[in-house]
Amino acid sequence: MSEFIQYTLQGLAAGGFYALSALGLAVIFGVLGVVNFSHGACYMLGAVLSAVLLAELNVGFWAALVIVPILMFGFGVLMERLLVRWLLELDPLYNFLLTFGLTLVIVEAVKQRYGVSGLPYQVPAGLGGQVSVGSVNLSVYAIFACLFSVVVCVAVGLLLTKTRIGMIVRAATEAPDRTRALGINVGLWVTPVFGFGIALAGLAGVLAAPTRAITAEMGSNFIIILFAVVVIGGLGSILGAVVAGFLVGLVEAYGIAYAPTYAQIVIFVLMAIVVLVRPSGLFGREEVA
Amino acid sequence: MRSRTVQGTVAIAATASLALAACGGAGGPQSGGSSKLTDDKLVIGLLNDQSGVYKDLSGPNSKVAIEMAIEDYKAKYGDKAVAKDIEVVTADHQNKADIANSKAQEMYDRQKADIILDVPNSAAALAVATQAKNKKKLYINIGAGTTALTGASCNKYTFHWAYNTSVLARGTAGTITKAGGKKWNIVYPDYAFGQDMNKSFTKEITTAGGTVGQSIASPFPSDNFATFITKAGEGDPDVIGSMHAGGDLINFVKQFNQSSLKGKVQLAVGLMFITDIHSLGVDQFAGTQFTDAWYWNFDAQNKKWADRFKEKTNTRPSFAHAANYSAAMNYLEAVQEAGTDDADTIVGKLEGKKINDVFLRNGEIRKADHAVIHDVYLAKVKSSAPEEWDYEDIEKTIPASEAYGEANPACSMS
Repeated sequence: MSEFIQYTLQGLAAGGFYALSALGLAVIFGVLGVVNFSHGACYMLGAVLSAVLLAELNVGFWAALVIVPILMFGFGVLMERLLVRWLLELDPLYNFLLTFGLTLVIVEAVKQRYGVSGLPYQVPAGLGGQVSVGSVNLSVYAIFACLFSVVVCVAVGLLLTKTRIGMIVRAATEAPDRTRALGINVGLWVTPVFGFGIALAGLAGVLAAPTRAITAEMGSNFIIILFAVVVIGGLGSILGAVVAGFLVGLVEAYGIAYAPTYAQIVIFVLMAIVVLVRPSGLFGREEVA
Repeated sequence: MRSRTVQGTVAIAATASLALAACGGAGGPQSGGSSKLTDDKLVIGLLNDQSGVYKDLSGPNSKVAIEMAIEDYKAKYGDKAVAKDIEVVTADHQNKADIANSKAQEMYDRQKADIILDVPNSAAALAVATQAKNKKKLYINIGAGTTALTGASCNKYTFHWAYNTSVLARGTAGTITKAGGKKWNIVYPDYAFGQDMNKSFTKEITTAGGTVGQSIASPFPSDNFATFITKAGEGDPDVIGSMHAGGDLINFVKQFNQSSLKGKVQLAVGLMFITDIHSLGVDQFAGTQFTDAWYWNFDAQNKKWADRFKEKTNTRPSFAHAANYSAAMNYLEAVQEAGTDDADTIVGKLEGKKINDVFLRNGEIRKADHAVIHDVYLAKVKSSAPEEWDYEDIEKTIPASEAYGEANPACSMS
């Protein structure tokens, strides 16, 4: 039984992290209708930036949690202003391909500059060690990463649903013409929302840095799991991304525990079942494009 | 139906990424002018990973190592050199067997390569061995670990220079088990290399009097090892063996260090390179034991060569760089001795040759299976690095015969 609890806790810890990582993807899709394939590359940039800030400017983990999302926000703003904006009117496929191409450029650029073996990063002081209750152990860092992720997800959810800014953003994207008629500059809101989604990817990268290999390719496989999370949760649904994040984390942990070879397959089997039963995902809205 | 369009889009992009990954770049042929050699020149082909996970381990810097060998050869023989015009051509196999296969063909046929060197990644390595056999051209493998190169897939034209998985298993599993780490649990990545390592390790652990409680396969690649580590800790093992490589290994070690097993259970790593220690940081790996084929700071001879390498590349050499140098140098010596670049004659010169050079100590090119046997080293990661890249304490030199054992009975040359 204690083993089962152990696996469950590990699944939940991983799930929180998946939820945060998928959140930016869900925000950008939910608000702008852009499927951002470069989300994995931006997650990688977040982790690489943390490592570079530490190595070259001696900026630690806590500062990186603030600085890196700000830098990534700037990067997202540039991406939106220079590239994504021009394709917004077209079929989502165009922006998907654009961000896919960007991913290749970003990954190769990082390889050129920082090589392929990866960069070192340690667990920040105070978050090392484990918490043990009986025979159940969980690393302090995993607990921190999970709780931090949940807090960020809840905050983002509240921001979009309960505040005036959130209301404007949702109105601007769901009914741009009517929103414009009410005297709101719709174009002005698109850029920061995209930047915000990219900043969330960067934040997930910072959170990953102490516990995962920081390499140019770290986002390449991860993005596939994140797509599974947003598809299961319902594209664009923030609540969906969070619930699906935990679901995927749990399914993966049980998979590893009881059928290790199939640990990753079960995630995609789950995705296939959800899509078959509810094509719009667990929390997605059926909408007409 | 926006969501459905998007799911279609995801599928298209996934396919596109596969297609893109399959495209690659290559070097081009040039001209020359000398004597006694086909096409009047010697062409050395370097086929390895120039952009992926093994780029830092071997990659473009192996070309520098080969050029160092050419430099030394020319300096040694001067006007008497048989090969006056030596060219190095390189190609990126991207760790894919099909690309390695077509690049090897291109090198042998169009670029007139007399020999192909390196080829990390076991599947790619075996594809090139088949080409070497069919084309009757030389091939010295350095970067790959598979024992099949000197076993079932061995052939007259293929040599295996640096290490193989059974050497790693004898060195690491054998030594640690004999030193008291009797109860093992193994986690291995679920593909050819990982399965091979799991088998080799299990065999050596059992032979040395130990037991393997569990062998757990993990999907490849993997980011999240927390649950695998928990599972590997069940049954109170003395040692957990990780057979992962590259990014997976770093993920595993980082997450192992954050688990409750750190400090209680010893971590042994099947395949580790100095570039892995460099990327994760020496303190994360501190105390981990593994088998190394060569270490740059082992003695004065190695250090001197490493200093020369550093002047050119601004980094320290991995064992693969030194082995590429050694293989190229010995090939050139054989050409000098034979006075020709004819592959069959060169094979005759190489077979059975005993070598002591910067890479090979007590080395011998074993005639029976073309394994190039030599002393290897049980290394332990230092707890702090006195200088960048100075990460290993060599705990024990494992003599060539012990490390390589008997010639592989699965190999038949004819």
